[in-house]
Amino acid sequence: MIDPGLLASLLASSIRAGTPLLYTTLGEIITERSGVLNLGLEGIMITGAFTGFAVSLLTGNPWLGVLFGGIAGMVLAFVHAFFSITLKANQSITGLMLVLLGLGITGFLGRNYIGEVAFYIDPVKIPVLSDIPYIGEILFSHDPLAYIAVLLAAILWFILFRTRYGLEIIAVGEKPEAADSMGVNVDRVRYIATLLGGFLVGVGGAYLSLAYAKLWTEGMTAGRGWICLALVIFSGWMPQRAVLGAYLFGGLDVLSFKLQAAGVGVSYHLMKMVPYVVTIVVLLFSVIRKRVAFGAPAALGVPYIRGKKE
Amino acid sequence: MKGRYLVLIALAVIAAGLLSGCAGEEKQQVTTPSEKKEIKAAFVYVSPIGDAGWTYSHDLGRQYIEKNYGVKTAYAENVAEGGDDERVIRQFAEQGYDVIFTTSFGFMDATITVAKDFPDKIFEHCSGYKTAENVGTYFGRMYQARYLTGIVAGSMTTTNKIGYVAAVPIPEVIRGINAFALGVKKVNPDAKIYVVWTGTWYDPAKEKEAAISLIDKGCDVIAQHQDSPAAQQAAEERGVYSIGYHTDMSKFAPKAHLTSAVWNWSVIYSYIIEQVIQGTWKSEQIWWGIEKGVVDISPFNDAVPEEVRKMVEEEKQKYIKGEVPEQYPFVGPIYDQKGNLVKAEGEVMTDEDLLSMNFFVDNVVGEIPAS
Repeated sequence: MIDPGLLASLLASSIRAGTPLLYTTLGEIITERSGVLNLGLEGIMITGAFTGFAVSLLTGNPWLGVLFGGIAGMVLAFVHAFFSITLKANQSITGLMLVLLGLGITGFLGRNYIGEVAFYIDPVKIPVLSDIPYIGEILFSHDPLAYIAVLLAAILWFILFRTRYGLEIIAVGEKPEAADSMGVNVDRVRYIATLLGGFLVGVGGAYLSLAYAKLWTEGMTAGRGWICLALVIFSGWMPQRAVLGAYLFGGLDVLSFKLQAAGVGVSYHLMKMVPYVVTIVVLLFSVIRKRVAFGAPAALGVPYIRGKKE
Repeated sequence: MKGRYLVLIALAVIAAGLLSGCAGEEKQQVTTPSEKKEIKAAFVYVSPIGDAGWTYSHDLGRQYIEKNYGVKTAYAENVAEGGDDERVIRQFAEQGYDVIFTTSFGFMDATITVAKDFPDKIFEHCSGYKTAENVGTYFGRMYQARYLTGIVAGSMTTTNKIGYVAAVPIPEVIRGINAFALGVKKVNPDAKIYVVWTGTWYDPAKEKEAAISLIDKGCDVIAQHQDSPAAQQAAEERGVYSIGYHTDMSKFAPKAHLTSAVWNWSVIYSYIIEQVIQGTWKSEQIWWGIEKGVVDISPFNDAVPEEVRKMVEEEKQKYIKGEVPEQYPFVGPIYDQKGNLVKAEGEVMTDEDLLSMNFFVDNVVGEIPAS
């Protein structure tokens, strides 16, 4: 017998915990679809979290904070784009460099912001709908950014699979030489996809500090960037699946607390492993079922050099 | 040619990035020397000062002795236990620091090892049990302050459900929960303490979720052990009360925050530094409590009624006047969750018992995960 109150509490928490993952995963999906592998999510997220918090504190406007969190993410993504697209450098290394850079810089600059109270984005209870028992709590009592994230997934799905821009991104990620011969500017498309992706990752970070935890501390992303790299694979590079994946992983993250509060004895050590175990299982599946839907973009992580034979 | 420049710039940027990454690990701050006989003190921290909790509270102590005793101080933060710790401690000793404070339990063996090689230096390890001729230990009886905050929580709850967001199952955390629960029991025998473990010291988002889970369950007072004030924020948002830890957390939750159990390390650091300056330092095992002010509770929220304040003050005075043993409230009768008598009426738990505590008292709901 499952207590409906407990279930509602779990589902509502899953959406809250999943939203920062969703922004970040959507960002990385766009980036990877264009063939650029950005491993620096953890560093970009934390930079977004810090910048968003600082801007909110200084301007008094949390939405401006979210915007600048995104812009900060874009700046780091630009560094990555410059190395991996213009210089054709090893993408894994620049990505990892961004992690160190982001964690280091925000730890250093963020010192004076710890313990400050900024301005935050609060949940909005949608009139009437939020009064529906259980459903209201689960679906209609979140902050605006949580709804925007779902909308964004739909928009990105549409752009990727129903517009010319999306087709160009996918083409560049699958067969850049073919796209090039069709007159698509490979580098430009990759730049745009990487910068846009960086923006969303930065917003994911800003969500953590401005809407979720509502504070700034050093290293507060606590490994979520790495989880999102797995989520991209989990969602098969599809924005619509990312919604499901992010909420599922968000739910796994909080499940242990709900069970403990309900008096079910679980080892939190085990619970902490669950998201990673799920990732491994999904990876296994994606290897076993070599279907296109599960496959990575063919040119992922490979710099495109015109005229170079593989 | 242009391409080559770009590569050079690129390498420079990467190098700068890596350097700043490393620099984040270990920063040293040096102040102007004073005119007195100069003592140099170094601090080794396990986490960034910015965690707003444990390390932050130690750094307040460091700043205090620097300002008040003209001691030249340096610190290394975010030092990994059992990893980089020995090297960092050794480096401070080689650089001529007279006294080196290592502020995490996990630094114990590294401290002892390095101390052997530097017999003329003084080492002070926080929260451990190994000592040597030139190694002392120090800690605070935080459970005393926890007990007082439990009295506040037990008085303020109306649902008789109190939530406790616990960090990692080690005796220090368990002792805090039990002391808190005994405080609750003193004023409200019907109330239960619900424990949720996060397995984290600072992951604000998770700690907030853990607090929300407890609030959803009906808990109307939330206590916590982690370094971040996220649990306080959850209480503020949901309109319930909260009890903070480490430092006064009232500014994060002005309405919810009732009081915090706080550290005041400057008391111990001042004592040790005075001994060092006067040349009378000897290896001691310092474990002070509320009577010396090492631990305390922060000012109350206006919502706390007068009679509760009075009762807390009376209990606090018992420690200060020496009317109760230092181990109070761990004085029998104490029952565990299964109802077994752990300590009979009037018996006092020894310090040994406290340091190895691995059970919950009878008004706690929840399990201690096997570690």
